[in-house]
Amino acid sequence: MTTASTDSTPAVRTTPVETRRWRLSETMQTVLLLLPSIVALAVFVYVFISFTFWVSLSNWRTLKVDLSLREPLFATYGELFAMARWQADLRNTFVFTVFFIAFAVTLGLTLAVMLDRHLAGHHIFRNIFLFPYALSFVVTGVVWRWIFNPETGLNLLFELLGVNYLLAQIGAGPLRPGWITDPTVVAQVNGILATVLPGAESWQVRWGIPLAMIPVAIAATWQLSGFVMALYLGGMATISEEVREAARIDGASEFQIYHRVIIPMLRPVTISVVVILLHVSLKIFDLVYTMAGVGPGFATDVPAIFVFEQMFKATRYNLGSAAAIIMLVLVALVIVPYLASTLKEES
Amino acid sequence: MTTAALARKRRRPRWGAYAVWFVLFCMAIVFLMPVYVMIANGLKDAQSVSLQRMWLPPAQLSGANGFVGAWERLSPNLMNSLSMVIPATVLSSLIGAINGYLFAKWRFRGSDIIFTLMLFGFFIPYQSILLPLVRTLQVIGLYGTIPGLVLVHVIYGIPITTLIFRNYFANVPTELLDAARVDGAGVITTFIRVMLPLSIPAFVVVGIFQFTNIWNDFLFGVTVVPNPARQPVTIALNNLSGTFSVEWNVVMAGAVVAALPTAIIYILLGRFFIRGILAGSVKG
Repeated sequence: MTTASTDSTPAVRTTPVETRRWRLSETMQTVLLLLPSIVALAVFVYVFISFTFWVSLSNWRTLKVDLSLREPLFATYGELFAMARWQADLRNTFVFTVFFIAFAVTLGLTLAVMLDRHLAGHHIFRNIFLFPYALSFVVTGVVWRWIFNPETGLNLLFELLGVNYLLAQIGAGPLRPGWITDPTVVAQVNGILATVLPGAESWQVRWGIPLAMIPVAIAATWQLSGFVMALYLGGMATISEEVREAARIDGASEFQIYHRVIIPMLRPVTISVVVILLHVSLKIFDLVYTMAGVGPGFATDVPAIFVFEQMFKATRYNLGSAAAIIMLVLVALVIVPYLASTLKEES
Repeated sequence: MTTAALARKRRRPRWGAYAVWFVLFCMAIVFLMPVYVMIANGLKDAQSVSLQRMWLPPAQLSGANGFVGAWERLSPNLMNSLSMVIPATVLSSLIGAINGYLFAKWRFRGSDIIFTLMLFGFFIPYQSILLPLVRTLQVIGLYGTIPGLVLVHVIYGIPITTLIFRNYFANVPTELLDAARVDGAGVITTFIRVMLPLSIPAFVVVGIFQFTNIWNDFLFGVTVVPNPARQPVTIALNNLSGTFSVEWNVVMAGAVVAALPTAIIYILLGRFFIRGILAGSVKG
């Protein structure tokens, strides 16, 4: 079975004149059959995005529709980026993305490597690790919200397992993090940024790592590392046993085989994984919304929640639309090169 | 020396295997921990559920456990979800099958670019289309209704269902099409006579993929349907979780109830589920 999509032309060439007429009408049929989908997506994706963009430039910020353009044209975007909350959102997305992708790729790849050895019960393990991916982010959020509730959950588990007792023995304080309720921002870099970026002094938000974002990244990792594992396992299944055997004969250890041979061969899978996780993390909404909400001092607020609240609660349509367009631009920066390279590869 | 070295290599993985198996076992426990929390606390009644006893199993099974309350509150929304997800899954799979067939077997000038432009619609943050979407649904009278949600899920499902079917049909030998063509079959007849009978596995994969995606949606449900009585179960679960008067054994049981349909599909049809993941990841 080979990819046959381009093979159709030679068969047609046998009777040029007659098939030409056929081809034309067949192409017409194809286009006509595709037309409903093309039109639907043209409207629901591209026209709608254009409308949102227009609203982001407009004066519309009450229930009364007002599509007149605001002066100066990009004033709403200026307003948006001057908001402490939006700055915090960008910081949170950045921090979440870094932690989530680092956790999920590391864990997913580790699980895949361990399962790739086909030990007894590897199917059961694989099914357990992938299971969270079948669940809704809302279910994940609702459950992990209790696990990261400082009054119970993990903190209670630390207590039960004697972690705090042991810590007290060595004279350390109890391990009782505030998790999603912790407003602390560590590793602040405002001072450093101010020396590099002009205007950084006026930023109201503390740039650093909001601790409350880490539990959210852990919950997202729980949900998606099985997905990463499945993609890697799919990739590993395509690498023949001869490749491993050759490396083994050359004296490579099991670890070296993965480190030097298999993982480098899986580069396309890694690219897919990172692109998919990146776009998930830039869009993340339900999980954060149900698990942590906006958090103390917007410690867990993200752009998707900002847009939702501005549009559907505060009715500041132009502001919400501007934020939505920024989200779209961020996702497009990741997705467009990826889709373009896929397209180029195929043709 | 070489034989000795080889023998050592062969023996080593056995010890390594135990270690790996142990690590996998521990990871499995960690992965199942939230599932345990959901079920164990859902099975407790209002008196025995407490923050201090979160990790303990229910002492006894009473008739007033969280599942009773959760079912009472969520079953109408469960029905809403079903009446949304079934037509949406069927329609988007059918549309995807036709589109995928056309994009794979009847390529024309610019068809790849059109396909890629369609596929982009799968990746966009839906926040960037919500406002005009809600306005449009209001104008055509589908705002706040399940048919409105079906329409939304069908349209935004087209890119991914088309992609999976396109990749599937690309592997069907073109000779089969040529044979049908010699018999005088046109574009549609070939699809119905040749491609559809071959595409059952792809339908299963796409069906599971779409069922899970649509069932698990939150954003469209919460913005397109404001009336709590008509909302899908994921939104109802979130409302339940935010209600302070509700004991959290009910919330935990509610999470299990909302997760159950996709969980059952996963347990029964896990093989196809994994294929869907591989097929849906663009390059695979």
